[in-house]
Amino acid sequence: MHLEYTVIEGDFVNAGSASSSIKKTLKQLNVNPSIVKRVVVALYEAEVNAIAHAYGGVVTADIDAGKILLRVIDKGPGIPDIEWAMQEGHSTASPEVRNMGFGAGMGLPNIKKNVDRLNVQSTVGVGTTVEMEVNLS
Amino acid sequence: MAFFHALQINENVCEGCSHCMRVCPTEAIRVRDGKAHINENRCVDCGNCFTACPHKAIFVKQDDFDEIFKFPCRVALVPAVFLGQFKDDITVSRIYAILNEIGFQHVIETEISTPLYTEKKNEMERSNNNKPLISSFCPAIVRLIQVKFPGLVDNIMPIKAPLDITAMFIRRKLVKEGWPEDQIGVFYVTPCAAKIAAVKSPVGEEKSSVDGVINMDSLYNRVYKKIKEQGHDYKEVKLPIAQLTSDSILTSLTNGERRLSISEHSLSIDGMDNCMEFLEKVENDEVEGVDFLELRACDQSCPGGILTYNNRFLTCERLFNRARYVAGKERRGELTRAKEVEDEHDYLYENISVEEVEPRSISLDPDISKALEKMNKIKEIERMLPQIDCGICGAPSCDALAEDIVCNGCKLSDCIFVQRNMEARKDMKVEESLKIMENIWGYEKIEKFR
Repeated sequence: MHLEYTVIEGDFVNAGSASSSIKKTLKQLNVNPSIVKRVVVALYEAEVNAIAHAYGGVVTADIDAGKILLRVIDKGPGIPDIEWAMQEGHSTASPEVRNMGFGAGMGLPNIKKNVDRLNVQSTVGVGTTVEMEVNLS
Repeated sequence: MAFFHALQINENVCEGCSHCMRVCPTEAIRVRDGKAHINENRCVDCGNCFTACPHKAIFVKQDDFDEIFKFPCRVALVPAVFLGQFKDDITVSRIYAILNEIGFQHVIETEISTPLYTEKKNEMERSNNNKPLISSFCPAIVRLIQVKFPGLVDNIMPIKAPLDITAMFIRRKLVKEGWPEDQIGVFYVTPCAAKIAAVKSPVGEEKSSVDGVINMDSLYNRVYKKIKEQGHDYKEVKLPIAQLTSDSILTSLTNGERRLSISEHSLSIDGMDNCMEFLEKVENDEVEGVDFLELRACDQSCPGGILTYNNRFLTCERLFNRARYVAGKERRGELTRAKEVEDEHDYLYENISVEEVEPRSISLDPDISKALEKMNKIKEIERMLPQIDCGICGAPSCDALAEDIVCNGCKLSDCIFVQRNMEARKDMKVEESLKIMENIWGYEKIEKFR
């Protein structure tokens, strides 16, 4: 099954709409609640990342009996140093974003904790693709 | 396995008008053959349908009142809300005297054990790492979480509600006084349907300490009849077990638990829709830093229960006044403490916990590959349906119909839009589409126009 959602830059109000919809789907599929929770936490973080740091993008989800593959594909600006960004407390978020309660530098580390496989590909000036996979059984 | 639920439909009265179907928060109701039907596995006994029904066709199954006489030793477990049903000039002591007269040798207020409940709750708030801790006080909310928010079952505090703790207490007291266990009948006077389900099929417990349930509205009728018969000639009985504290009186009202919460961040929310909106956010992990959640299915909590008679705001007012009066006595040191309950503290505290709550999710299929297959079909059908949720198919929404088509043998042609299209393309005769409507809404509604 393939699902797709749009993410708009700076639209924190609607952050979480993709993860909310995917959560509903996984519940109907009888996926263990603790696994659903991990998917939701990881995707919500990734969604907020795309809203806070990128110029918008798309979220896609591909679900089969064994796993869910999530991709958050944004349109830039890209992460210059992925290794740096993967560390807790490292954030390039603007003061405005921090004021909204985001930007603590826990995004990528938190995603990593919750998924079974994480792959971040980024080209400065082009965009970032965060690929997350979670086993469903 | 089907779950017990107290809300039932009287098919002789039901007109199949679908008002109930449209307000059910778990989409548990369908109309077939001109009658509403409740899916037992989805129903959480919140009572929205009961309130919405214009024909009073929905009723709450209760134990026959004469059941109490099967027990030589009879206890009425009465919540403060019951006493809030009467006008101020009818004293609590007078109501107790009447309850004695109609058959209960013992009357005890449900909230007598709330100090113990609060103590345990606060202990859990202190040690809890899985935030937010969700109160287990309202059984409709516990069931709602099991059915619709299975990811949050671990957040529900696994402790008994005050009604069960008080039942445990009175049972032990009477056994100590020499009554054999099986001769004691404890009957709870319930303001809502969910508490009946909680007694008949408790969550996280094998068996409840309560033997039966009496609907508050029917007991109100019995008591009020006596009041009318008595006129000015009545007696009063003081409770043998000391009065409630002001905090205890307020427990079943909105904010009743939150106001005693030791956490920095706690919320109290009432009303089914409000609770669902917030639980959705909690489940999405969008809510940070909330330590404790008091959630109550009814507006104004228990005073808004569907089996109450008095207006919920007036009940709240009466309970507030009673609490204020008691608070004055507390300040002056005049209140005798519920010493008998305190004496049983250790025993009750030891038995206050229940097992963790299990999810009761409504998935498409236990097998994930099959569920996925079904979901693909459902999505395909959803795209064909008009998405206006008119309910003419007998299901509450287009998405619900799509699911019913894949899982419960409904047909795409149950949709009125599909029917009209088929008629236009000459794929269906008018008589055929009328037959479909008849199957859903019943013969009588169609016959009028023939």
